[in-house]
Amino acid sequence: MADPLHQFKIETVVPGPAFDVGGLHIDLSITNSVLAMMIAVGLTLLFFVLSTARASIIPGRMQVMAEGVFGLVDDLTDSIIGHDGRQFFPYVFTLFLFVLSCNLLGMFTYFTATSQVAVTGTLAAMTILLVIGVGVIRHGLGFFRMFLPSGVPWYLSWLIVIIEVISFLVRPVTLCLRLFGNMVGGHIVMKVFAGFIIALAALGIGGWIGGLLSLSTIVALTSLEFLVAYLQAFVFAVLACVYLSDVVNIGHH
Amino acid sequence: MDLQSAQAIAHGLQFIGAGLATLGMIGAGIGLGILFGNYYVGALRNPSAAKTQQTNLFIGMALTEALGIFSFVIALLVLFS
Repeated sequence: MADPLHQFKIETVVPGPAFDVGGLHIDLSITNSVLAMMIAVGLTLLFFVLSTARASIIPGRMQVMAEGVFGLVDDLTDSIIGHDGRQFFPYVFTLFLFVLSCNLLGMFTYFTATSQVAVTGTLAAMTILLVIGVGVIRHGLGFFRMFLPSGVPWYLSWLIVIIEVISFLVRPVTLCLRLFGNMVGGHIVMKVFAGFIIALAALGIGGWIGGLLSLSTIVALTSLEFLVAYLQAFVFAVLACVYLSDVVNIGHH
Repeated sequence: MDLQSAQAIAHGLQFIGAGLATLGMIGAGIGLGILFGNYYVGALRNPSAAKTQQTNLFIGMALTEALGIFSFVIALLVLFS
């Protein structure tokens, strides 16, 4: 039986130059992960270019889809971040579309780019650096007031500060691991059940019943994975909004 | 016990450890059940307010699920390190 983890193996598709910068090995080859991300971004671009090419007041089918996605994220930034939400809309929208297209591409082709910690870690690091940057630029040293909510009695404040600092530091880790874990877990489960079908069908007539059972399970799991692919992209966007709203509205809650 | 069989036993124990690490998901499962159960109790009592709380539901789901994912990642680390 094939190893269910084989699908996450990185392979070089187009070899590129590799060099060392200060002891750090940098390989510029195009791997299947990079290729999957390029295809995902390309398809997203193509979709939005095509759907908005002949935009009209009475939208066609494609335009309704594009406007629906746009409106979804617009509502999100507006309702969570509030008045200043519009400024962060481009970032959240890009994040949402990238994660969504990578997840969905993983359901159709051989590789899921978001199942690599390197990719999700980069997205999480970008988000948290933006959060810290916005906080420091907007509030200066007042950024640190975020760790002490108003109305906390003085004898509890030291405990609250420690808890808030820890919860802030854990945020990028959870952001990275949630997407990674969901994608890896879902795809492993699907491949394990796919392996069951072949292993059971080889046993003979009695095994066919078990094989049919795992086949129906894999159909149900595939539809669940499509839901998860959308939900994780949505959750990533929502959490990015929540973290941004924490630093944008420091004094307001 | 010679070195080779000791290594074989250690390799087998690695799988047991990875299985034990995934037990942490029990907590996340219970948490998600409570979360969605209470959401639907509230949503059926006041369906007009349900839509407005959907974002909060997903935030809660993400935070609860993250703890389960941690145990999954630990299991992967035990299995492959």
